[in-house]
Amino acid sequence: MSALPSHKPARVWPLIVAVAFAAASLTTLVLIENQKLLGLTLAGIAALCFAAARFGGVAATEAAASENPWLLRGLVLIAAMAVLFVLRDDNFGLLMVATVLIYATVCIGLTIQMGYTGLTNFAAAAFVGTGGYTAAMLGQKGGLPDIVVLISGGLIAVFIGSLLILPVLRTRGHYAALTTLAFGVMFTVFLDANELLGGPQGLKIPGINLFGWDFSDDLHIAGYTFSFYVNYVILTGAVTALTMVLTGLLDRSWIGVWLDVVRLDETAASVFGLKVGRWKVLAFTLGNFLAGLMGAIYAKMTGFIAPSNFTFGDSLVMVSIVILGGIGNRWGVLPAALIVVLLPEKLQFIQEYRLLLYALVVIVILVVQPDGLVARRVRTLRMEARS
Amino acid sequence: MTAPALLESRGLTVRFGGLLALNALDIDVRHGEVLGLIGPNGSGKTTFLNVISGVYSASAGSIRLDGADITTASAQHLSASGLARTFQRSRLCLPLSVFDNIVLGAQKRLNSGLWHNLIQRKALAAEVRAIAAEARELLYVFNPTLADKLYDPAISLGMIDRRRVEICRALIGKPKLVLLDEPSAGMTHDETDQVVDEILGIRKSLGGLTIIIVEHEMGLIERVTDRCVVLNYGKKICEGKFRDVASDPVVREAYLGQS
Ligand SMILES: Nc1ncnc2c1ncn2[C@@H]1O[C@H](COP(=O)(O)OP(=O)(O)O)[C@@H](O)[C@H]1O
Ligand SMILES: [Mg+2]
Repeated sequence: MSALPSHKPARVWPLIVAVAFAAASLTTLVLIENQKLLGLTLAGIAALCFAAARFGGVAATEAAASENPWLLRGLVLIAAMAVLFVLRDDNFGLLMVATVLIYATVCIGLTIQMGYTGLTNFAAAAFVGTGGYTAAMLGQKGGLPDIVVLISGGLIAVFIGSLLILPVLRTRGHYAALTTLAFGVMFTVFLDANELLGGPQGLKIPGINLFGWDFSDDLHIAGYTFSFYVNYVILTGAVTALTMVLTGLLDRSWIGVWLDVVRLDETAASVFGLKVGRWKVLAFTLGNFLAGLMGAIYAKMTGFIAPSNFTFGDSLVMVSIVILGGIGNRWGVLPAALIVVLLPEKLQFIQEYRLLLYALVVIVILVVQPDGLVARRVRTLRMEARS
Repeated sequence: MTAPALLESRGLTVRFGGLLALNALDIDVRHGEVLGLIGPNGSGKTTFLNVISGVYSASAGSIRLDGADITTASAQHLSASGLARTFQRSRLCLPLSVFDNIVLGAQKRLNSGLWHNLIQRKALAAEVRAIAAEARELLYVFNPTLADKLYDPAISLGMIDRRRVEICRALIGKPKLVLLDEPSAGMTHDETDQVVDEILGIRKSLGGLTIIIVEHEMGLIERVTDRCVVLNYGKKICEGKFRDVASDPVVREAYLGQS
């Protein structure tokens, strides 16, 4: 038998540099106000990333990360604390970071659905909205602990999704695309017309209080004051991190293989015994749960939701994040969410043409670089003695 | 009385609209034999494999596998009952690694539970290592260099290696009955000979696997089959040893009429 290829341990410093670079880029982009400077910084970051990819830095980082998952997690934690410290009293910046994390997590769910399993979902924002409105309605009643409220947001989104499941499971044609599209469009129409849900004016929602941890209090640590938005960044960051880890485990497991096979060839999948419908239901459920959960957090963070927060256009924005990031690559979702959420906030002139611009970006990417910013890697399920 | 057949079709009929793709077929596949299924293009060979593997459903008639009625069984059920196949046009998942593709064939033996896959990573890793060793061993028999490409994407392989991977995918599930649909398609004569030798070698080592093979290459059919069934326009027109079948005037007529 052929011997297993022997592994030279990867050097760890590229990983340290990469995480530090990512944290510095994030902080700079959030802090910069001047539009020209922002453009220059973006160009600089892009050039550095390109150079890193060109000269093996990216590959070295990936090797180090996959060999030392705990080092990666530790570094990310340290970097996150550094970013929080720098941004500690910048309310707008912190809100933006939390929003990016919410989008990113929803898009990881969308990656499980579209990237892994091939289920088109044009209603991600509507599932986010379902979670948001669930939180708002439960919050008005009062009495329920917020952990229950947040999880209910996810569960109700799963329930609404299950009403669409039959057409989504259909093999042929574009039933999933059409059904979710219709749901995504009708969602705002329904909300606008519904007085009980506040109509076009929307609803107000109290902030989060988890087990006595009140998210509307500023934090005082070692003589420094942290804006109360830090609470939301910590929560969304923790959820994003947990989602990344679990999605990574899912991808690197038999289930990850089955989802890919379901996307690539349903006939081969069923001939070798896969229950195609079961895996589609799982992917749809996981993605919708994440959307609903993040919607509930979003609603409680902003304190106010209206139908205009969850339009069909927002669903398209989420799809474009997945495509921009590199469809099926959960890591690519992070920079893509940052770019797509941050740029319109910073560059006022983009605001109006936001959707047009995203449409253009998606078309250009699909034509020029179908793999997106960071192409998905071929899975190598080896799991030798190291874990 | 002879022993009951592994697979029995009776009056098996498949209609596509007005087209009778299979017309009241009675075919027996005996335990441990290699049955050749031949006939001109469009005579229904692939349709027969598709209907017994649950890809198409029968319009009339019945199919039994090991005595159990499987006429309306799902593809998943058939896979669990020990049926595996290859496809006329390669159906590998090209962006996935060779390992991922082969592992699909072992799906029914693997634990697909969420808890096992996400949380019990040690047990999962042990399972992965065991299957990887099996896959390497299978690939090694076909082509020693292929065993080293276990984690290469399937798209990077040449036609002949893709065929080999497809066959390994069918074999790793330890099936009772394997359906091979034109294993020579897209390969040169020599490559075909090589792959067939490999299949026969593996079959010997597995101890009498039953195979239905659809082929155009008559040399190959003559070499590997115990018995042949000839189809024409969805009907069985002849059955027997290749030598007898090849000299049958009805068969010659069918092939001549086509070309
Ligand atoms: N899915 C299908 N829909 C309609 N007609 C089909 C389908 N599959 C096969 N046929 C028709 O059935 C006949 C038999 O096809 P097939 O079984 O592929 O032949 P063979 O494999 O012997 O070349 C052909 O006339 C073909 O056009
Ligand atoms: Mg055919």
